[in-house]
Amino acid sequence: MKAPLIATGLLALSALAAKAEGPVLTVLTYDSFTSEWGPGPGVEKAFEEACACDLRFVAAGDGAALLARVQLEGAASEADVVLGLDTNLTAKAAATGLFAPHGQPAATALPVAYDDPLFLPYDWGWFAFVYDKTKMPNPPASFEELAASGAKVVIQDPRSSTPGLGLLMWVKAAYGERAAAIWTELADNIVTVTPGWSEAYGMFLAGEADMVLSYTTSPAYHRIAEQDDSKDWAQFSEGHYLQVEVTGILAATDQPELAKQFLAFTQSPAFQALIPETNWMYPASATTLPEGFEDRRPEKSLLLTADEAEAARGPALEEWQAALAR
Amino acid sequence: MASGSRALAALILLLVAAPLGAVAWRAEGLSLSAADLAALRFTLMQAALSALISCALAVPLARALARRRFAGRGVLITLLGAPFLLPVIVAIMGLLAIFGRAGLVNIALQPLGLPEVSIYGLQGVLIAHVFLNLPLATRMVLQGWQAIPAERLRLAESLGFAPADLARHLEGPMLREVLPGALATVFAICLTSFAVALTLGGGPRATTLELAIYQAIRFDFDLSHAAGLALTQTAFGGIAALLAWRLTSPAGFGAGLDRPWPVVAPGGWRLGLDGALILLATAFLLLPMLAIAATGLPGLADLPASVWAATGRSLSVALLSTAATLTLALTLALARHPPPWLGLAAVLPLATSSLALGTGLFLLLQPLVAPGRLALPVTVLVNALMTLPFAYRLLLPEARALEADYGRLADSLGLSGLSRLRLLILPRLARPLGFSAGLSAALSMGDLGVIALFAGEREATLPLLIQRLTAAYRIETAASASLLLVAISFALFWACDAGGRRAAA
Repeated sequence: MKAPLIATGLLALSALAAKAEGPVLTVLTYDSFTSEWGPGPGVEKAFEEACACDLRFVAAGDGAALLARVQLEGAASEADVVLGLDTNLTAKAAATGLFAPHGQPAATALPVAYDDPLFLPYDWGWFAFVYDKTKMPNPPASFEELAASGAKVVIQDPRSSTPGLGLLMWVKAAYGERAAAIWTELADNIVTVTPGWSEAYGMFLAGEADMVLSYTTSPAYHRIAEQDDSKDWAQFSEGHYLQVEVTGILAATDQPELAKQFLAFTQSPAFQALIPETNWMYPASATTLPEGFEDRRPEKSLLLTADEAEAARGPALEEWQAALAR
Repeated sequence: MASGSRALAALILLLVAAPLGAVAWRAEGLSLSAADLAALRFTLMQAALSALISCALAVPLARALARRRFAGRGVLITLLGAPFLLPVIVAIMGLLAIFGRAGLVNIALQPLGLPEVSIYGLQGVLIAHVFLNLPLATRMVLQGWQAIPAERLRLAESLGFAPADLARHLEGPMLREVLPGALATVFAICLTSFAVALTLGGGPRATTLELAIYQAIRFDFDLSHAAGLALTQTAFGGIAALLAWRLTSPAGFGAGLDRPWPVVAPGGWRLGLDGALILLATAFLLLPMLAIAATGLPGLADLPASVWAATGRSLSVALLSTAATLTLALTLALARHPPPWLGLAAVLPLATSSLALGTGLFLLLQPLVAPGRLALPVTVLVNALMTLPFAYRLLLPEARALEADYGRLADSLGLSGLSRLRLLILPRLARPLGFSAGLSAALSMGDLGVIALFAGEREATLPLLIQRLTAAYRIETAASASLLLVAISFALFWACDAGGRRAAA
């Protein structure tokens, strides 16, 4: 009884030892990237085939927790690369001084120009309000129409969630000085505000709201994975704010060359082809999109620069709280 | 025993204080802002109301359950405990299926031409907190009732006590012993409310301290602010615990002969009221549970294989934390002449922000070892710490009565150490021990706690896996996995609780 156990143990140990021979690259990312339904497993396999190294993911909760984790660990972090910050957080990340230039050419398939010496996009998406076509034949076509309608929406809290923060920036980028007035008008359309994306999306699917703040790519999930064509996103005339997800190299890494190799790898077809149907976002470099992934695109893209977003966050948050607290 | 329990209590206080201290130390200070005052006011108000309503309903409900006999009573009592074991987000979805915009209540109101009722707002926060905590409060009070020796009730019966006399001489003193602790416990749980307050509160009106801590740590990385908020939150939990300790007075019924309870239940309108109470509470507590089961059932057969590994991990975490919790709680509850801070040690973990606690532990441990390697041990530790207050609160009244009733006899017989534990303590405390074990195991199954902060790639527990499923759009599969989690939690709870009751009988 014991002998096979010991043999298995030894085998496992030798497998570990074999794996530990090459260099190890540690990537700090958000939890859902590494899950079996995310891009993580495919990325690990493809990169390890190319690099003769061991790629390890360390998961740190969700996107908003990532930067906190980087700051908590500081220069002592065992991570070499951080994957999953978005452009609303990059100014803060750059200010920590913990990131080093990546030295890669800019990503080629973004709808806006984006070139940052520290952060390299690996995917992106447009925020949008998603609704059920069978229940809502004429969705609102702008924030103003939404505010004037009786439609009920569920959104995420900008104080705890990155999509929530994205919506805050969306309204700010679209309306500037008028953002506070728009929020006041929207207040009676908002059923509630959830801590994160999945609670809001779950409530929408359960019928608690007519629309939910999500991405233009959300209907693609239902189309492709569930053969359900009932969901769509509402085209807003103000334009749609972008979420651009980026990778950065930590300055304290002991594997700078391997880290650069990984960042170059994030732009390769092997990595990019995984993105649409695992992260349900757009790839950052040209690759063929899967059948049924998109039927149309927003007419206009909005994105504040990292510095604008950082400067706008505090005041915009106060406006939002004041408008919705009434 | 006495010095041991003090040392343990000091260790627990240290485990709560050191992480918060680490956050403050790293930040080189504490800070609070004017906006925090509004959050503090809302947090205290909703926690106090939730505690008052839960306990006010628990007293008549527990009395009805204690004095009435009907078919299925034992099963019902166990089932009514279930909502307390639900992961918060599962509970919210269950409540929405009944009280939400598309819920049963509104579907029923619509054809009657009545206006839609909205759950979003303070009412929603209170409904959810009562839903989650009424079961615990009821069980605490019910235990108090069942701890009244049958001889006292027989005496009351032969003296011709009216319900009012019964209330004054038996129920009053019992409630003085049990209620302050129940109030403080529910208050402390609701102090750390985050997802319920935000999701059902309807927006930034319902900002709690815990949400402010989230914002401070995750978006602002303002650790001094986070530490200030976390200490404020813990301090109010501490104040509640000390108040409860001051207000508690032992009922002093003396020992009985463990005869079966005589049923001295008044008839007439009181019978109708008890029946209505039990019926309403059952509907309120079990309808959302049924909704959860109905959503999760269809996908149960198609759960991904990784669910089973995660279940195994969660089970081992739950069993280990339960063993730790029971050892800690029993040692603390058996302490002779406990100083007030002993009770404090057993309530404070409840009022502590798990995010701040996790962040502090992370800061303390990170220089020593890679956090990913500690995910499961840290989860066991934090779960044990977080479930300790319940176990302590449930054991304390009966441990005190045990000491008062049998302590001197046991001393004079020279019964001490392991034989005292085996012959006296474990048999006499079997019922609350079983209940505490069930509660700890079930809560540890469902608690996400700090694992999200520490988790490596492959160490997902069942709650973390459910979170990953929802993040990957697999909402239906997540509902099925949630149902599995709830079913296992409940089975653990039922097995321990029934085991304890059987051993006590």
